[in-house]
Amino acid sequence: MKKTIITVVGKDTVGIIAKVCTYLAANQINVEDISQTIVQGYFNMMMIVDTSRSSRPFGEMVHELETLGDEIGVKIRCQHEDIFIKMHRI
Amino acid sequence: MITLFEVNETNTMIEQEKLDVRTITMGISLLDCCDADLDTLNKNIYEKITRVAQDLVSTGREIETEYGIPIVNKRISVTPIALVGGRACTCPEDFVTIARTLDKAARDMQVNFLGGYSALVSKGMTKADRDLIHSIPAALASTERVCSSVNIGSTRTGINMDAVKLMGEIVKETAEATQENSSLGCAKLVVFCNAPDDNPFMAGAFHGVTEADAVINVGVSGPGVVKHALESVRGANFEVLCETVKKTAFKVTRVGQLVAQEASERLGVPFGIVDLSLAPTPAVGDSVAEILEEMGLESVGAPGTTAALALLNDQVKKGGVMASSFVGGLSGAFIPVSEDQGMIDAVKRGALTIEKLEAMTCVCSVGLDMIAVPGDTPATTIAGIIADEAAIGMVNQKTTAVRLIPVVGKGVGDTVEFGGLLGHAPIQPVNRFGCADFVNRGGRIPAPIHSFKN
Repeated sequence: MKKTIITVVGKDTVGIIAKVCTYLAANQINVEDISQTIVQGYFNMMMIVDTSRSSRPFGEMVHELETLGDEIGVKIRCQHEDIFIKMHRI
Repeated sequence: MITLFEVNETNTMIEQEKLDVRTITMGISLLDCCDADLDTLNKNIYEKITRVAQDLVSTGREIETEYGIPIVNKRISVTPIALVGGRACTCPEDFVTIARTLDKAARDMQVNFLGGYSALVSKGMTKADRDLIHSIPAALASTERVCSSVNIGSTRTGINMDAVKLMGEIVKETAEATQENSSLGCAKLVVFCNAPDDNPFMAGAFHGVTEADAVINVGVSGPGVVKHALESVRGANFEVLCETVKKTAFKVTRVGQLVAQEASERLGVPFGIVDLSLAPTPAVGDSVAEILEEMGLESVGAPGTTAALALLNDQVKKGGVMASSFVGGLSGAFIPVSEDQGMIDAVKRGALTIEKLEAMTCVCSVGLDMIAVPGDTPATTIAGIIADEAAIGMVNQKTTAVRLIPVVGKGVGDTVEFGGLLGHAPIQPVNRFGCADFVNRGGRIPAPIHSFKN
């Protein structure tokens, strides 16, 4: 099963995690892990999610999360984890 | 488990350092399209390309979205047309009809370039080869996306000087045929020595006769990533420098390998090779010249440039080879002038001449690439430059190529604009002493002694 990595980067404000998680829950996407830091007011989060029961095709989800990011004022990216595993693990 | 640091590193490479998969090129064999009737041949070619490549662009876009890595170009390469059209074409005009068919297929498949309007004449020319070569100026002037290449020599066969002389004239004719367009036709025409069968990069891509029916080749690129990595080891010794380039090349190539495997699986077409290359674009921060300057050169072209490029090429190969199961193509650093802002600047400030570029081609991935020269440069001089470059390839058992653009109506001091990825270039001076008597001798230069390895 391919896992998906969602990254959220941008200026910290109230409710970023809540809004992202609300979208994910509404589309049957399960969050398996979250790591998050704030450096000098900048919010930096990585989520590992399972999209196997997602009600949205992958391409649409990528686009909708990007749009959601634009609304909150952060950059949201959503990628299959393979690109990171391939690049960083032998 | 993947860490936040690794995810951020990958995404910074993509977003800020312009890491991309430069091209997915689908190679398609057209040998089974051959027919004695020209119309049937054209129909067969169109049908085969549009059938085999129909999902190429959409699959490329899917992979782009799912992994978040830009795939800049989706392209097609086909069997050298001189082989495919030999039976049906009786004159150069017949070959031009095939060029138009290829152009239509490329447009309908939404690929930006289709390569393989080619002839392989390293030892001798058939009538079909000669007709195709004569048709190149008209073919490139009447099509938008077709790219052409001619292989005029190899380490095993020597150099076909008749073909070299002819190509000097063809380059000039192509420049004239496309003169309203800044002689753009020449940007789509490459003259090779030791051309590889599986190169995914245009304008020299074709689907060689050693290849399968259809194949997916991927070219990766990341000059910005390498430059950025080198910024962090500024002043360190060569051991550290080489190690840094090698590690970076490994990571970049792994992404190409992933995309190649995914594309091959989804399209049901075997994976051919990953071409580990650093291919620049005119965008700032995506320049091979800047990598060389980051190593400590005041400008590309300064003494030390050839050594720096040799080092870069070697480390890119060493890092990349382990990252991919099949490596091929040209694999190394491209040094086109018009497509690399650092090179353009170096030419403008007078630091980089054609002679220095020629020396650099001994250790780069291809050769004299995208260099604009005065429109009144004689055909024999262009042939002489092609012969010099082919000799470097022949003797050193490497691929070399020439893509010169004699821009009609322009001279030294002028600049020519090609637009898009092809960029812009200052017209560079060419040595004004002639070589007509040398080029006009005709015949072949025999293969070098070290080609006898049996």
